[in-house]
Amino acid sequence: MAEKKKLNLAIYWAGACGGCDVSILDTDEKILDIAAAADIKFWPIAMDYKVSDVEALKDNELDVTLFNGAVRNSEQLHLAQLLRKKSKILISYGSCAYLGGIPGLANFSNKEAILERVYKTSESVETNGGAVYPSPKSKVPEGEVEIPELHDYVKALHQVVDVDYFLPGCPPTTDLINLAVNAIITGKLPPKGAVIAADKNLCDSCKRKKTEEKSVKRFYRPHEIIPDNERCLLEQGILCMGPATRGGCGARCIEANMPCRGCFGPAPGVEDMGAKMLAAAASVIDARTPEEAASITATLPDVAGTFYRFNLPVSLLRRAK
Amino acid sequence: MSEPRIGVYVCHCGTNISQTVDIADVCGFSKTLANVALVKEYKYMCSDPGQETIKVDVEKNKLTHIVVSSCSPLMHEGTFRGAVENAGLNEYLFQMANIREHVSWVTEDKIKATEKAKKLIAAAVRRVVKHQPLKPTEVDINPDTVVIGGGIAGIEAALTIANAGKKVYLVEKDSTIGGHMAKFDKTFPTLDCAACILTPKMVSIAQNRNIELMTLSEVEEIKGFVGNFTVKIRKKARYVDEELCTGCGDCEKFCPVKNVPNEFEENLSNKKAIYRAFPQAVPAVYAIDMAYCKRCGVCVKKCGKNAINLDAKDEVLEVRAGNIIVATGYDLYDNKKYLEKYGYNTYENVLTSLEFERYTHASGPTGGKVVKKDGTEPEAVAILHCVGSRDVNANEHCSRICCMQSLKFGHLVKEKVPGAEVYNLYIDIRAFGKGYEEFYKRCIHEDIHFIRGKGAEVIDTALTKDEQGKLIIKVEDTLLGEIRRIPVDMVILSIGMEPSKSASRIASSLSLSRSKDGFFLEKHPKLAPVATATDGIYVAGAAQGPKDIPDTVAQANAAAGAVLSIINKGRVLLESVTSTVESSKCAGCKLCISVCPYQAIEFSDEDKASRIIEAMCKGCGTCVAVCPSGAITQKGYLDGQIFEEIEGILQKV
Amino acid sequence: MAEEFEPRIVAFLCRWCSYTGADLAGTSRIKYPANVVPIKVMCSGRVDPTFILKSFADGADGVLVCGCHPGDCHYNEGNYNMQKRVPMIKDMLKGFGIEGERFRLDWVSAAEGDKFAEVVTEMTDEVRKLGPLNWKEIKEAVK
Repeated sequence: MAEKKKLNLAIYWAGACGGCDVSILDTDEKILDIAAAADIKFWPIAMDYKVSDVEALKDNELDVTLFNGAVRNSEQLHLAQLLRKKSKILISYGSCAYLGGIPGLANFSNKEAILERVYKTSESVETNGGAVYPSPKSKVPEGEVEIPELHDYVKALHQVVDVDYFLPGCPPTTDLINLAVNAIITGKLPPKGAVIAADKNLCDSCKRKKTEEKSVKRFYRPHEIIPDNERCLLEQGILCMGPATRGGCGARCIEANMPCRGCFGPAPGVEDMGAKMLAAAASVIDARTPEEAASITATLPDVAGTFYRFNLPVSLLRRAK
Repeated sequence: MSEPRIGVYVCHCGTNISQTVDIADVCGFSKTLANVALVKEYKYMCSDPGQETIKVDVEKNKLTHIVVSSCSPLMHEGTFRGAVENAGLNEYLFQMANIREHVSWVTEDKIKATEKAKKLIAAAVRRVVKHQPLKPTEVDINPDTVVIGGGIAGIEAALTIANAGKKVYLVEKDSTIGGHMAKFDKTFPTLDCAACILTPKMVSIAQNRNIELMTLSEVEEIKGFVGNFTVKIRKKARYVDEELCTGCGDCEKFCPVKNVPNEFEENLSNKKAIYRAFPQAVPAVYAIDMAYCKRCGVCVKKCGKNAINLDAKDEVLEVRAGNIIVATGYDLYDNKKYLEKYGYNTYENVLTSLEFERYTHASGPTGGKVVKKDGTEPEAVAILHCVGSRDVNANEHCSRICCMQSLKFGHLVKEKVPGAEVYNLYIDIRAFGKGYEEFYKRCIHEDIHFIRGKGAEVIDTALTKDEQGKLIIKVEDTLLGEIRRIPVDMVILSIGMEPSKSASRIASSLSLSRSKDGFFLEKHPKLAPVATATDGIYVAGAAQGPKDIPDTVAQANAAAGAVLSIINKGRVLLESVTSTVESSKCAGCKLCISVCPYQAIEFSDEDKASRIIEAMCKGCGTCVAVCPSGAITQKGYLDGQIFEEIEGILQKV
Repeated sequence: MAEEFEPRIVAFLCRWCSYTGADLAGTSRIKYPANVVPIKVMCSGRVDPTFILKSFADGADGVLVCGCHPGDCHYNEGNYNMQKRVPMIKDMLKGFGIEGERFRLDWVSAAEGDKFAEVVTEMTDEVRKLGPLNWKEIKEAVK
């Protein structure tokens, strides 16, 4: 029996924490299937590769690239463009690549403010009278060194290059990774642009009891209340993003008594997840007057950050003024 | 589908639009918009030739969508939808841009007005492309009608409908119908006696088989929509069985509780705890005022018909009806503090207009005599107009009846106490109705004094001998240009009308709007004076605004006519703005169910999705906004349509 | 001197009270600034916060929502639903660096043509004082 030709695979991390790479290892014994099916051509977190290795590849030589992390600097952009050119299938892997993710929250600030905080006002920085800001090119005794240039805003991968599929999650779950891997190995691919997750929002797969009467008198952060295990968390005043978040994750946070944080992004067709969650969250408030509504809202410490925790760069406004 | 071809029509509305909006500029701009195949301007788009143009153009230019930029859609949307349908297109493939009410009439600067008109047209053009052909829902009309209020307006409307053979539920909060008119003695300007013209109508109500009269009853809640209302009515306990009571009066004769204030007599006399408002009351049966009844049981024993049950309870009934007429009438302005300066409640011979009506009534507390509290006839009587009306400190509106009622009072005083001096203190005499000016002339010739000036206050501190023991009215006589003091023995305050005390409750249970003065808001002040913003709910009489009896009766008949017209048609078209759940997207969070004010959404365990019962959905769209899955859409107000409008408004013009 | 800044304000008016009230301002010939351009919705409760963000994203300097007075909603509850969203919307806009005054919910009944004109005038003045939103452009790498 002739051995089937192995797939050429690349895995890259841009603006990310590394959790997505770990999630691939988290597939346990299935990783062997991946290894059997694919030659890994590029995976900087796991082995020593150089960008020149990728540059040396022919266009479309890579069958699949799993790209995780958001795009915020010139290096990430360059790799995104390069990997796009070299890959037949580019998968936006994990919430940061798909939605901008946690790094995307930086869009509530701006480049200048971020640099000032990191290189000047941070408690751990000694400025010795003048802050030193990184510049793309600097002279050192050994010559000139180049570091990536920070962009104004964080972007999702599909906002900088064409993407074939999206695999959401912070990080993607083993089940969904296996689903994607199997689809690639068997060649049974969904239509381009598909999000490999459920089509319905999380409530559909959440086993908690939801009622038709919602009357929240205040919101609780998870550490402020011991929730009823059986009852909808939102109805108990715990801000669960589940109603506005695409399912497919297996409702694992919910089953651990933790509210959904929204890492799978909005339902198909929804323009702005934060706005949708806002309307949903406001609707459960038990308030007849503006004052009541304001005092209940005040128990939510960070409305914008909560509703856009993972999706700010793909929201309607995308960034702060 | 082939490319959309939009026809844009810009109306001049005579000069109403064109004098502020640069029509040529707007037309030129409209031609640059995507998908616009034809732009036309016309003097009056709503006219027959205007509508005909649309028809011709649709055929000739193969137009697929129509935008008319003219007046408010609340004014002419129906007209143009009809025209669009006549032209062979679905009537919903149409959008209006309101460049009259929202632009030309409210904007001074012509350039800015033109710019705003362009934005609205751009929004409409972009929106209409996203319109889908819709079919309005057709529903059957329940031929029964609920009339709320048993005054002359409610009585007249109920009779007109019932005489056409249709069932009416007439709901009255008091123990008898008749309303304010039943308290009057004479009516202006003809001076025919109120009872003579009203009581036959009241009797007709009692006798008409098509009318179910519900007294001591109040409407608590209304559900449904035109043609299909469910009305919840609380029928308060009467403690006397209406079927059994013959009205013989034995119970009243023996009732020991004599100190119950008689509201029908404006509390000028007392009644017993078991009472009948007045002898001609309809229904002609007794009722017990439980706030005063001592439950001694004498009436129960004395009643030969066994009609009295002291333990009777309120009943809550539900009736179904296709239409509702609100005829809840008025109340007199009764701000105590305001009335104090006119000596009301301080001096016993200061009367309200309704109190004086009872004084002149043959069966009133004085037997129809105009006398002071001490029983003697007054030598001089003053009638103060506009008390609580045309006054920024009270109600700003004119109550319309005060002038004529004051003239009538003056005439009656002269008739009953010949030789008495009568003073009418007025701001203006508004004698605008048929025969009114003639009546005014007649009163002038009856030697009634007319003093142009609003009475400022009523006091009793005499400065001269003539003023001793008199009530003195201070007034600025604006014709003489001086302050006068007029000593009189009796003062009649011609008090203005306010919406009935029940109006705010009725407004909220029927979702009716009220105008600034608190009266119910008609759909259009001129062209739809008895309709309201809610199809199937009409308003008649003083509930809509201050009115005299002739106007009230005319309006009652108008409302009845409108109702009969719908009943006769049998079916009505409902606007298609209802919402729908796409079950493949619904995740079952049930937020929509919790926000729906009409219980129109239920959860289907089978589909694991919410489901909207279309007949119960009224199309507010709150569920659409709240649905975090984007699973609910509202016909005619799709997110995509509103997005287009936003983009149109914000595009460069 | 530079030309005075003319703010662009999108208004969402409920069909029953506020749109009718705006019509009444028209029939009463009350003049007000042309900066506020209305969109008719059936109820203020229909105003999805998405509409508000979309307006800002598309270049609006302010967004106004008008509905029936509390207790007078044609649909009983819709305006209360909108009212509940307001504090969250303001908080959210703050996160985006958008001043709270750029978003306003007010009640205009069908009889309040004068109030509609007042609200529009006030809001226009207020947003004019705040100046344009001046979004920093996002440089697009693709599309």
